Amino acid sequence: MAAYVTMPKLSDTMTEGTLVKWLKKEGDSVGMDEKIAEIETDKATMEMQSFDEGIIHKIYVKEGEVAPLGGTLALILEDGEEPPEGADSPPQSEAAPAEEKAEEKKEAPAPEAAPAASTPAAAPASASGSLAAGTNASGGRIKASPLARKLAEEQGIDLARVRGTGPGGRIIAEDLNYVTSGGGSSLGLLPTPNNGGDTVIPLTGMRRVIAQRLLESKTTIPHFYLNIEVDTEPLMKFRTQVNEASVANDGPKYTVNDFVMRATVLATGAVPAVNASFQGDSVIQYGDVHLSIAVAIDDGLVTPVIRSAQNKSIKELGAEIKDLAGRARDKKLAPDEMQGGTITISNLGAFGVGNFDAIINPPQAAILSVGTITKQPVVNEHNQIVPGQRMWIGLSCDHRVIDGAVGASFLSELKRYLENPFLLIS
Amino acid sequence: MATYDLIVIGGGPAGYVGAIRAAQLGKKVACVEKERAGGTCLNWGCIPTKALLKNAELYHTLKHDADAFGLSFDNLSYDWSKVIKRSRNVSDKLAGGIEFLFKKNKVDYIRGVGGLAANGKVEVIDADGKSEMLTTENVLVATGCVSRELPFLPFDGKKIIGSRDAMNLPEQPKSITIIGAGAIGIEFAYFFNAYGTEVTVVEMVDTILPIEDNEVSKLLEKTLTKQGIKVLTSTKTVSADTSGDGVKLTVEPAEGGDQSVIESDVCLVAIGIAPVLPNNSEQIKLDRGFIDTDSRYQTTVPNVYAAGDITGPPWLAHTGSYEAIQAVEGMFVEGHEPKQVGIFPACTYCHPEVASIGLTEEACKEQGLDYRVGKFPFAASGRALAVADSEGFVKIIFDKKHGEILGAHMIGGGSTELIAEIALAMNLEATADEIEATIHAHPTLAEAIHEATSDAYGHAIHI
Repeated sequence: MAAYVTMPKLSDTMTEGTLVKWLKKEGDSVGMDEKIAEIETDKATMEMQSFDEGIIHKIYVKEGEVAPLGGTLALILEDGEEPPEGADSPPQSEAAPAEEKAEEKKEAPAPEAAPAASTPAAAPASASGSLAAGTNASGGRIKASPLARKLAEEQGIDLARVRGTGPGGRIIAEDLNYVTSGGGSSLGLLPTPNNGGDTVIPLTGMRRVIAQRLLESKTTIPHFYLNIEVDTEPLMKFRTQVNEASVANDGPKYTVNDFVMRATVLATGAVPAVNASFQGDSVIQYGDVHLSIAVAIDDGLVTPVIRSAQNKSIKELGAEIKDLAGRARDKKLAPDEMQGGTITISNLGAFGVGNFDAIINPPQAAILSVGTITKQPVVNEHNQIVPGQRMWIGLSCDHRVIDGAVGASFLSELKRYLENPFLLIS
Repeated sequence: MATYDLIVIGGGPAGYVGAIRAAQLGKKVACVEKERAGGTCLNWGCIPTKALLKNAELYHTLKHDADAFGLSFDNLSYDWSKVIKRSRNVSDKLAGGIEFLFKKNKVDYIRGVGGLAANGKVEVIDADGKSEMLTTENVLVATGCVSRELPFLPFDGKKIIGSRDAMNLPEQPKSITIIGAGAIGIEFAYFFNAYGTEVTVVEMVDTILPIEDNEVSKLLEKTLTKQGIKVLTSTKTVSADTSGDGVKLTVEPAEGGDQSVIESDVCLVAIGIAPVLPNNSEQIKLDRGFIDTDSRYQTTVPNVYAAGDITGPPWLAHTGSYEAIQAVEGMFVEGHEPKQVGIFPACTYCHPEVASIGLTEEACKEQGLDYRVGKFPFAASGRALAVADSEGFVKIIFDKKHGEILGAHMIGGGSTELIAEIALAMNLEATADEIEATIHAHPTLAEAIHEATSDAYGHAIHI
């Protein structure tokens, strides 16, 4: 029997998926459970298996295109089976292949699912008459309640720029109150519509998750920030020695970050209060240190997790992050490899960043921000100015869980380990 | 022993709906009910009384208006026990339906009295007094309420009764005094009066159905009085004497003044309801006797939630169900922010029926809102006249500036169904323009909504 292949739900929060790659082409035969395509969700890229066997008669969604959950991707026929009528296009009831992924930087048309930022709302009809459904120029409809439309017209608010919180993102009267009371700032209003040369980049699943989680973090967690300066001269000497010996024995080359990870684990052991999570009516202090490491990838950022990092040597930590980061860049991480971290390290030292503050990765309570190592004049114990090496490490804390002194003692422990690197191999 | 994701204590409109919703979400759920699935609503409230009221209305029509319909017969009579029995049958059937829904959704239906126990456990004590401990991640308390007593007039189930007894009296009383003129009191007043019981309603404040718009309450009082019900508003019950055959109530004007005595066979106390807490709920914080919950319907005990009547007013089946669904989705649907009950309709099923939603005109005045009122009498409705049920009106209050619907108040046959249109309109933030732009079928009672809306802007066609 003819069977349509549809976009599967590969993660809990997925609403659409990008067809990254077809592993089969039209005319190929597929078996039950055989891998037929790679799908990018909001979390990762995963392989999709076929639930039917037969011949791929038609592929409806091209590589790089996005399809909603349940959207038809392809048609599989039994060997020798006649295609059903109208098999050239996907069945009507199923969602058509959705918006083009606007990675090609042409002037993207504003598809409905894109933030309605590209075109202004249609002006509502005259004062007392019936109000037409506001369709904007490209045919995308702005969902807003009749009352919200009237309020917007009266207050001169462009509905295309208002964030709707009603069912399905519908703009309700309260959303406009938010805009007016919030002084038109970030939360209620979407960014200014673009003109001419600007490019509208539809949100990828990952970008949406980053936006949502970090907004939630920064607006609901009372952050505070600490910074400490670390004398990295001993560490750099130590690293040079270790690497020479290691390479001579065909071992790995250790990065500064490998040592920072190990120091973080040990400092967490000394001050376990930072390895915790706020749970509304309680605080969980974790027994294990599951270390999230921020990894920049092509169009975003992921935080793979090194589990039970307290049981791992520098060598093991280094090997594991190398593997995780590599697979993260190839989008081959499984969702559970990015979940369950208890504290995060973000290291921008490689970019020459001296010092920065990071946003906490909820539900964790702390994130470390590691800067670059610089050579600079320092004052030694004899009050002489001499060349030295320094690195800044920051700690962003959830004040509901971690108080200033606790965060500070954690940082000073971290500093102690990094300045006495032989402690790291314990 | 298996661990449940959720145990719901109470099988009423909050409890059973919450249990089924959680089961739909793929959770392992049990619902503990001490009597019968469906709770008060289905067994001792909303549903059986609607059955009684239908009987009463039919009998009333045949008795008083038969001639107008061209009907005539000798010896119109009724069998009281059958009136009661039909109502019980309706309840039984629906309760069976809930039990079927539990089965269909794989909810474990456990008969017994539920109580909280330490460490995520629920204790169920069955009819024989045997105790069983169940383990669960979450508890939803939906134990509901029972009729509230007057301190000096405790229920005895015979002469001093609550609503539950009132719908199951083995014999029709010759006379009844009803204390409290809220929805429950008024519905029973209509029911007993229709069958010829002598009915006196005693209400403390100066109007019956005190939460309704004043115009509605006034018309209803006039109509019920015309039907033969004695209505005493602004009247306080001071004391009671139940020593004789019947009940002697001493009443006085609420402001003070001369006392008088009302004698009747029975006295129905319908002054409100009182919470029924589950066993071992001492650690839960209460607010005026009802369970205090946060925005996620969680009580002060972690993972113990509450919804429905037990969490305080409004005491309505439909708001209870809504709360339970919000609570359960908050527990199990990632990212779901539970919503609170906002606007909701309220109905009284006497005849003429009363239905309302949103602000009364008095409330609009009090809040200093700039509003306009549109009204349409059923006497001008073709459908209402055709079905010989033309008493009453539809009244809708709009905000002057944008035509936002602030409230709607209806009295008349069919009102309790008509109110749904306004509920939807308000929920969608429709304004007067959208109601006017909507074609209403002719001839229907719903046209009254359209016409009342037009009337607010001075362009109603039919008045």
